[in-house]
Amino acid sequence: MKNPKLPTEFRDGLKAIIPLFLGVASFAIAYGLLARKAGLSLLSLTLMSLLVFAGASQFVAISLLISGSSFLLILFTTLVVNSRYFLMGASLGPYTRKWDTKWQVVLSFLLSDESYAMTISRFTKNVPNKYYQLGVSLGLYVEWFVFTVIGGLMGSFLGDPQAFGLDFALPATFMVLLLPMIRSWRHVIVCILTGIFSIAGFLFLPTRWYIPFAAVLGTIVGGMLELWKRK
Amino acid sequence: MEAEIIELIIGMAVLTFFTRFASAVMFKRVNISKKWNALMIYVPIAVFTTIIVPALLLPKEKLDISINNEYLIAGLISLLFAYKTKNLVGTVIIGISVILLLRFAFSL
Repeated sequence: MKNPKLPTEFRDGLKAIIPLFLGVASFAIAYGLLARKAGLSLLSLTLMSLLVFAGASQFVAISLLISGSSFLLILFTTLVVNSRYFLMGASLGPYTRKWDTKWQVVLSFLLSDESYAMTISRFTKNVPNKYYQLGVSLGLYVEWFVFTVIGGLMGSFLGDPQAFGLDFALPATFMVLLLPMIRSWRHVIVCILTGIFSIAGFLFLPTRWYIPFAAVLGTIVGGMLELWKRK
Repeated sequence: MEAEIIELIIGMAVLTFFTRFASAVMFKRVNISKKWNALMIYVPIAVFTTIIVPALLLPKEKLDISINNEYLIAGLISLLFAYKTKNLVGTVIIGISVILLLRFAFSL
């Protein structure tokens, strides 16, 4: 190692996700259970976790499979649900744009909501370090894989994850990620308006279009408030 | 069936990687303005709110603002708990416990 700080940053990243452990594990188990219920083999549901690695969209894809949707609709919905990664990538861009393409490929592949939340709050306070992001992302990837398999194994003799309230782990985890980010009345306004946009979008737009709709609109409202403040 | 599912998974994987990598490619070439940075501060807030709110208010794909919606009740209680304690693990445990308790209570 040329730089003795590198492994420390990696370890910091791993440590940062310890508080998220239970939430991620519960949601991974919920996904494994649901996938078995949908008739996926242990191999397929694990492969999906390893290659797609996007909890919310895996959950949505399985729900659509259960409701008998076409593969084309599932693929399209995947794109819509995960369009939020465009935004996350764009907000990380100022910190990561100078990094090697190799690093960008690996860290992009491993980008998740949780790793994004940890990384962006660290990067805005500390010197951005790719080993930190790698530690966070890789830790979550391994955890997601392991608990997905456990959920799949449990699914052979347990039933619906909704029956155990496990599907609540996702909004609960996101809530604790979101809370520390809210530090001013502008943030509160953006939360309330985005909440209204998301409900309106859910009710009036097809499939999962509410996700890009509300996320983009909420971001724009926030940006406008921010620029107005700076004037 | 199995082969088709694996095709679907590969399709999802390619599309998902595209959403994650596209903006990294864009930013290699474009310079970032101050205005852009101001806008980007709100990305995490907007994204997380977008996922949380419908999960609590439309758990069965229908708007349900009532005490019969256990996701909403559990959400409010965990929100309060998270705000008071900042304890992530506790929040998840409280939320799931409240859901299970309410379901048990409703079933009586």
